[in-house]
Amino acid sequence: MSIKSSLLAGAAALMLGSTAAVAGGNLIYCSEGSPEGFDPALFTSGTTFDASSHPVYSRLMEFETGTTNVIPGLAEEVEVSDDGTEYTFKLRKGVKFHSSDTFTPTRDFNADDVIFSFDRQNNPDNPYNKVSGGTWEYFAGMSMPDLIKDIVKVDDYTVKFVLTRPEAPFIANMAMDFASIMSKEYADAMLDAGTPEMLNQKPIGTGPFIFQAYQKDAVIRYAANPDYWRGKADIDNLIFAITPDASVRYQKLKAGECHVMPYPNPADIQAMKDDKDIVVMEQEGLNVGYLAYNTQMPPFDNAKVRKALNMAMDKQAIIDVVFQGSGQIAKNPIPPTMWSYNNAVKDDPYDPEAARKMLEEEGVGDLSMKVWAMPVQRPYNPNARRMAELIQEDFSKIGVDVEIVSYEWGEYLSRSKELDRDGAVLLGWTGDNGDPDNFLAVLLGCDGVGASNRAQWCYQPFEDVIQKAKVISDKAERTKLYEEAQVIFKEQAPWATIAHSVVFMPMRPEVKGYKVHPLGSHIFYGVSLDN
Amino acid sequence: MLRYFLSRLLTFLPTFFGVTLISFAFIRVLPGDPIIVMAGERGLSEARYNELVKQYGFDEPVLQQYIDYLAGVLHGDLGASFVTKKPVWDEFFSLFPATLELSICAMIFAVALGLPAGVIAAVNRGKLADRVFMSSALVGYSMPIFWWALLMIIFFSGKLGWTPVSGRISLQYFFDTPTGFMLIDSALSGQKGAFGSAVRHLILPAIVLGTIPLAVIARQTRSAMLEVLGEDYIRTARAKGLTPARINGLHALRNALIPVITVIGLSVGTLLAGAILTETIFSWPGIGKWMVDSIYRRDYPVVQGGLLLIATMVMVVNLSVDVLYGLINPKIRRR
Repeated sequence: MSIKSSLLAGAAALMLGSTAAVAGGNLIYCSEGSPEGFDPALFTSGTTFDASSHPVYSRLMEFETGTTNVIPGLAEEVEVSDDGTEYTFKLRKGVKFHSSDTFTPTRDFNADDVIFSFDRQNNPDNPYNKVSGGTWEYFAGMSMPDLIKDIVKVDDYTVKFVLTRPEAPFIANMAMDFASIMSKEYADAMLDAGTPEMLNQKPIGTGPFIFQAYQKDAVIRYAANPDYWRGKADIDNLIFAITPDASVRYQKLKAGECHVMPYPNPADIQAMKDDKDIVVMEQEGLNVGYLAYNTQMPPFDNAKVRKALNMAMDKQAIIDVVFQGSGQIAKNPIPPTMWSYNNAVKDDPYDPEAARKMLEEEGVGDLSMKVWAMPVQRPYNPNARRMAELIQEDFSKIGVDVEIVSYEWGEYLSRSKELDRDGAVLLGWTGDNGDPDNFLAVLLGCDGVGASNRAQWCYQPFEDVIQKAKVISDKAERTKLYEEAQVIFKEQAPWATIAHSVVFMPMRPEVKGYKVHPLGSHIFYGVSLDN
Repeated sequence: MLRYFLSRLLTFLPTFFGVTLISFAFIRVLPGDPIIVMAGERGLSEARYNELVKQYGFDEPVLQQYIDYLAGVLHGDLGASFVTKKPVWDEFFSLFPATLELSICAMIFAVALGLPAGVIAAVNRGKLADRVFMSSALVGYSMPIFWWALLMIIFFSGKLGWTPVSGRISLQYFFDTPTGFMLIDSALSGQKGAFGSAVRHLILPAIVLGTIPLAVIARQTRSAMLEVLGEDYIRTARAKGLTPARINGLHALRNALIPVITVIGLSVGTLLAGAILTETIFSWPGIGKWMVDSIYRRDYPVVQGGLLLIATMVMVVNLSVDVLYGLINPKIRRR
């Protein structure tokens, strides 16, 4: 049974007292769904991270809210060895874990907690490795098992990670949700009590908010952590009112039943902007939607053919029709909120005449091809079918005949990986750690061919640049290399880059200090309520 | 009577096993590998994939998987959700009271309005009241729930501000929910205004969910009443000089009730189906939304277990209705 315990009922009286205009106050967030659980390392969805890693936990490194910059978190400093394979973290002292009705910490956060948090994901013999069906998807997905050779406790407040190879994005990975730091003391206590699954159900962390109660599909309650190491939050209580339907979230926001809502219907945004009781914040999302050609199959192995098709695509029409204004034309494979975005790159002009000529010059006449349309909605592509139809129309203007195909989502994902796949695939990507490597290497690197590299594109000059950028830790140097990689990408055109979504966050005007976070998280530390 | 009950029960068992088979097969027939769907765009390596296949037991032959599942069911173990990792049983019973509470209120609403509407329409057959009630019933029956719910929210909550938009109780109230029924728990909590808030939150979803059963009950009552009103004993009652209220209320309605009870029993299935949409729109934490989410995520244990529990519940209701007939009407149990 999920609901709550008796101690929590006691806290109710406190909350009741503070419903009126008391400094601090309760911030109500109309969230879009129930979290899968509260142990961020077990899951991969943003909905779960919003409810677990951001309010409850902290990490060694943190993303500065509103940017993709990595700043110190529970680690005050980090030293990287000259060969780039050893990361030594100096831990912050005096950080307290939360208390609950079943657990009161007897010591502060230290190196044991760090080691436990990773060992349980990495070591099959750790008693927590199999708890709650642990599959540690993100840890595995970011290649941590191959990368981490050893984690050494130097002293109580120093931890050294030894890597199998130099990897610059490692530092950003330490700010990711799966790297949230758990309390080893709590884990041990729950193991002794025979209820290890409590780690996932009643989370204990060092974050800005203390978990109080959760009722599936209804509500999650948190209270501000008075001992938070960055200082107590401005609001007293954070409440997630789980509201799956976007129109209903909008009605609740209008009625003052919540302060902030995510994911509005694009069709409602104009009315929200016109409403004096609602403020709409917006920012480009950390994602990209693209059409990936199969660069191993003729005639798409010819960069000029790909370039010609790109020039035949009316992207503005796609933004207007498919995104209804909640998108922005993409010219690079990484989004503009990411560091190293090369704004000097020029997008292919929309020029069907020139495109047709280019195809003729390449001797490609009577081309017919397939375009794959995803069966699901994603921020980077809210309606793939419609997008495919627009592309079909655009390509027909230069004499290219397009057949639209689609499969069930699981099928789509597997079949689109095949090397001899017939046709160009609509797909996209949302960033994990704000590092350009997470887009360029994963989606366009040679290792990804036959897997996440849907263009099946392995181009040595590009590969050399991104591999070099991966192993050096100087950010300025890396930036230069990634800028160069974007130029090569544009010349070779393995994809048609189509769009980045624009994220809208409607909120009540009394909400102050909210920042739209490029990594897609919804973060309420630093937010206050005006009376 | 015992024999009648046992014979009913005997038909129950094969249906139960049929449902385990169908619920097991249904989710597997749908295209979509749950592991690949879970991994999404990020994908996963082949080694990792094989590991997970093994962990979830998908490497076993399908028949073996079914036998394992059935053995679990017979031991009361429905498995754990792939997504939340929690036992299906726990999830079901933490969510089910919300659905049950909403369904009961919707049914009370439907019966309270549907019965009188049907009686009035039958008594005034062909007159204005009949036409108004029956065409409204047709409209109610054909109304898309999704649209109807949003319309109600926008009008009553948005424009008039009479009812809250969604949820089960205002978020300022925070108490233990030992029974899971918000009306009971809010009354037990002793917090001022909590019960009223729970009632206000129930109004719109109960009306929306009750609309289709209301229409069906009204139409069924009308036709059953018309049939009974043509019977000889009604003519006799009239001849005896009984008042129309006594004839319609006592003699006719009581005899017209049997087919109406059947419809009410069958509506349990309709209510659960309607609950899926109603719960999503009103952010009502019940089993409808839970089931839909798990189908999208190919969460096998939840779909299998949830379907089985819901089907069992519908079967139990139908069994009770059958038994009830036997009690009301001796002719049936002797058949």
